[in-house]
Amino acid sequence: MNDHAAIDSTELADFRRGVIDWIKNNIPADPGFLLPQTFMEVGSEQVLEFLREWQHKVWSSGFLGMAWPKQYGGGGMPRIFQQIADEEMKRARVPICFNVIGLGWAGPLIIDTGTDFEKETYLKGILTGEDIWCQGFSEPNHGSDLGSIQTRAERDGDEYIINGSKIWTTMGNYAKYMILLARTDSQAERRYNGLSFFLSPMNAAGITTSPIQKLTGDYGFTETFFTDARIPARCLMGEEGHGWRIAMQTLQYERGAEAGAAGGVSILSTVMNDLLRIAKDVERDGQPIMQDPVTRDNLVKFLIEEQALYLAENRVKIPALCADYPNSLALSTKLRGTEFFRRMRQYSLTLQGASSALYVGDEDAVEGGFWQRAYMNNFSTTIGGGTSQIQANIIGEHVLGLPKD
Amino acid sequence: MTRTANLSIAFSEEQAMILDSAKAFCRDNSDTSAVRALLKSETGFNPEVWSQMVALGWTGIALPEQYGGSEMGIGATIPLVESMGRHMLSTPFISSTITAQAIIRGGSVAQQAKWLPGMAEGSIGTMALLDNEDWGATGTSCTLTANGDSFELHGKKLLVNDAAVADFFLVLANHDGALKLVIVEATQLGADAIKHKTLVDETKRAANVDFSGVSVSAEALLVNGAKVLPDVRLIGALLIAAEATGCAAAALDTVVDYLTTRKQFGRLIGSYQSLKHPTVEILIQMDSARTFIYHAATLIDDGPLDNDSEIACRMAKAQAAEALSFAGDRAVQFHGGMGFTYDCDAMLYIRRAQWSQHQYGDPQHHRKLLAGLLLD
Repeated sequence: MNDHAAIDSTELADFRRGVIDWIKNNIPADPGFLLPQTFMEVGSEQVLEFLREWQHKVWSSGFLGMAWPKQYGGGGMPRIFQQIADEEMKRARVPICFNVIGLGWAGPLIIDTGTDFEKETYLKGILTGEDIWCQGFSEPNHGSDLGSIQTRAERDGDEYIINGSKIWTTMGNYAKYMILLARTDSQAERRYNGLSFFLSPMNAAGITTSPIQKLTGDYGFTETFFTDARIPARCLMGEEGHGWRIAMQTLQYERGAEAGAAGGVSILSTVMNDLLRIAKDVERDGQPIMQDPVTRDNLVKFLIEEQALYLAENRVKIPALCADYPNSLALSTKLRGTEFFRRMRQYSLTLQGASSALYVGDEDAVEGGFWQRAYMNNFSTTIGGGTSQIQANIIGEHVLGLPKD
Repeated sequence: MTRTANLSIAFSEEQAMILDSAKAFCRDNSDTSAVRALLKSETGFNPEVWSQMVALGWTGIALPEQYGGSEMGIGATIPLVESMGRHMLSTPFISSTITAQAIIRGGSVAQQAKWLPGMAEGSIGTMALLDNEDWGATGTSCTLTANGDSFELHGKKLLVNDAAVADFFLVLANHDGALKLVIVEATQLGADAIKHKTLVDETKRAANVDFSGVSVSAEALLVNGAKVLPDVRLIGALLIAAEATGCAAAALDTVVDYLTTRKQFGRLIGSYQSLKHPTVEILIQMDSARTFIYHAATLIDDGPLDNDSEIACRMAKAQAAEALSFAGDRAVQFHGGMGFTYDCDAMLYIRRAQWSQHQYGDPQHHRKLLAGLLLD
């Protein structure tokens, strides 16, 4: 539903005011612990239950899945309403809607290509927060190289028998379902053709998870093991051998194609304004750090880079200005964005002076240690979803036409 | 405030057509052998190519219709100048375009009527601003003294672009503590007034010019010269940025060409990530510069430059100069031994990078002023 033209602008303005009012009355009080910046930081039951309750509240108040079909728990409304709700929620820095794999990737995939049974079974639970979803793509020995995955799925009557292991399973220990990529045909001529895609339950016998402690000290990922795990054959999505294609479509959602996503704030982002906020009262060499010429030059460099990221979203819409290296902006979005944030967050620590040594849990840590943790967590974006180095290979080969390794 | 309020980039079909024809014209008239043939020439440009550019209406593109222009605004020159940079096509176009902007913005009706029609037809104007190496200087030691009904200039200007071919100059001078832009015709200069300089970028031409003793009438003082000078400098920075962006893309093309043909240890060298990844970085830096120049081109109109336009121009110059410095430097390195030779085109780009760096303010200068606009 993209029929914006038919919507009265006063209706949209009224709606926006309604969202703002709702946020004012419903934004949760400080829970006494540092809330996650992304869904990859849900490391305890306490955090999980807080976020589940919040997402349920957002959905039951009509501000999540607004453009999804009504019969599956959605609002059946034009997408613009969800965009407005998300904008205002972001602005107010409300907690995230944590069921991101479901809301942003599995959900849109099921809506776009799923059967009626799949829609009926899965969509509503994604929205309510009851059914947490995780993703089983990466494997211990095949991080960025999905084509090489080894987890096997073998058909046996009405079931598939799964063997192998997955890694970096976000919320694997809490999830009810997994989007799973597994090899059904090890003899396939092209290795991509041997893969199949499953909407797998996580509670089947033979599936176990083991939490991974991150460099931040928090939890949030698991390694997931399949030992003769039997799942119903109807968990296969599409046909056997179509797994690669479906996985690539899922990665499109993951890499930012927003159409179809249920919405909800998925990340508490930081922008340069946030960086300037923490620098405001800090001193260096006996004077306010904001008067230090080196600091000023560094901050402006970051501001230029941030501005270029925003502006690129507008230039990419003008084909005449992207003619000589087509796709360069589109394919470099992840690399430019994630690397910018990594460096910007790293720099944020130098703006804290001696306080940069403090960490989450210390009462004097700047903004509760948010920036220390955010910097380290940022590596999940420069490593996950294809490392920056893989991204540079992709751009070099597909945009510039440089030869493969 | 940490950024411009206006993030728009607009590009009309008309501008897209200009870009297409500019690309084709520059490619056809300025391949590297044509560029190299002009390196040791006196004027640095091919007068036939200049005449064709005039005939195509490029010199009038940002001039008012009543003076023979097509009144498309300074933004319409950005695709032209980017294409010139892409093919190292050097002419007095940039000098003349900046000078025309000073007259459009700061000249009286009579001054516009006197100078602009000729500029549409290809007469060449240039700015004479620098007393010394400092593009950030706001004053000048060049003086303008009343002498009866007329005025007399005293002082030298450094690195005046295209001075030898200029029909006239806009000279920054100090008149009783007030800044003036003074129009001086080439014919008014003394015999030895123009002293040619040896430039790192052999596609460019500049000279030191001694204006001492030149006598001008009151009509030669641009009525709002001092007022529009900051805007003219910003437009100058933007045009240099557009040219540098095109040149960074040319350096990238040259690097990609070499990396996809040159073999070492049995492999195309572009397959090595130590070369591949920095080449992608050149692309990203060039892309970012291109984004800024067209954003600035979108914001600037014929009126005084607003805060957003100033931010956009300064970001464009800072980014484009950095992008080209990086691209030129890596272009030399990635060509190995060939890159160390005069025959390798990387030489053209690394030299242009050094020239572009300081024209109308280097990146540090612009970032320093951006800090005041964005942080305080």
